[in-house]
Amino acid sequence: MLLIHCPYCEEDRSELEFRWAGEAHIARPENIAAITDEEFAEYFFLRNNEKGLTYERWRHIHGCGRFFNAARDTVSDRFLMTYKAGLPKQPIPTAEETAAIAEEKTVETWEATEGDAR
Amino acid sequence: MADLGTATRALPLAGFHGGSSTVRLEAAPPAERISLRVRAEDVAALSGALGVDLPVKPKTSASANGRTALWLGPDEWLMIDESGTGIGNGLMQAAQNSGALHSAADVSHRNTAILVSGTGADKAINAGCPQDLSLKEFPVGACSRTIFGKVEIVLLRTAEDAFRVEVWRSFSDYAFGLLSEGARDAAVGK
Ligand SMILES: [Zn+2]
Repeated sequence: MLLIHCPYCEEDRSELEFRWAGEAHIARPENIAAITDEEFAEYFFLRNNEKGLTYERWRHIHGCGRFFNAARDTVSDRFLMTYKAGLPKQPIPTAEETAAIAEEKTVETWEATEGDAR
Repeated sequence: MADLGTATRALPLAGFHGGSSTVRLEAAPPAERISLRVRAEDVAALSGALGVDLPVKPKTSASANGRTALWLGPDEWLMIDESGTGIGNGLMQAAQNSGALHSAADVSHRNTAILVSGTGADKAINAGCPQDLSLKEFPVGACSRTIFGKVEIVLLRTAEDAFRVEVWRSFSDYAFGLLSEGARDAAVGK
């Protein structure tokens, strides 16, 4: 079970309570009626779909209901950090900080927790 | 011939009973409830009008005068009033009397509640709920909106071995059924 830290509930909660909500930090154009179709398509449809570090919006839909932002590694599925909606893009934790997070929050695998279950 | 002049309200879980040697499941009596949204600067006014200090710390609740305020989110509470004999509009009226900006929706009949008690109560709930229900992480008075199997619930710990499970009425027989299974599992080996 993946645990996600909600910056509003201030604790780690099960992924079952959350819903992914797309790429983060996409600003709606202020002059949306004036932009071209291509510019609208760029804003509305096109996403980077990065392999590796991505900034995403998540929603604690079955908890406090809040949207927030997360930096996540799409290869390992590891959440590097989460922070409240409305804050600017936060700096990525350093390699040492990331390692410390990984150390602290070992991903629970079936093999580790249930592997011996009869 | 049936008496058509007298309407009797059918409770969503009327007649349901369940449990095991370690868990007791009961349908809670009817209660008045509102879903309340208030901005930080108006929390004091609403607290005064409702007679309960709206808790501002995550996962906490506050009770006074038969009313309980459950923190659901940074600006959202579920208020439950169990003091009345019937369901009136006391909470809606009290919120309105605050004179402060807020949103209140009467959800007295949208929700119903299941009371889960006994030494296996936490295990029965954990059959479908991923939260840590140890007394350290979820002490008496702690509350949270969360997930129970396929349905959303609001969970409140009312005593060391007792919980109130608030659930939408149309999902309540599913919740009761899954709790019954959890109750049986909790008693295995006892
Ligand atoms: Zn939350």
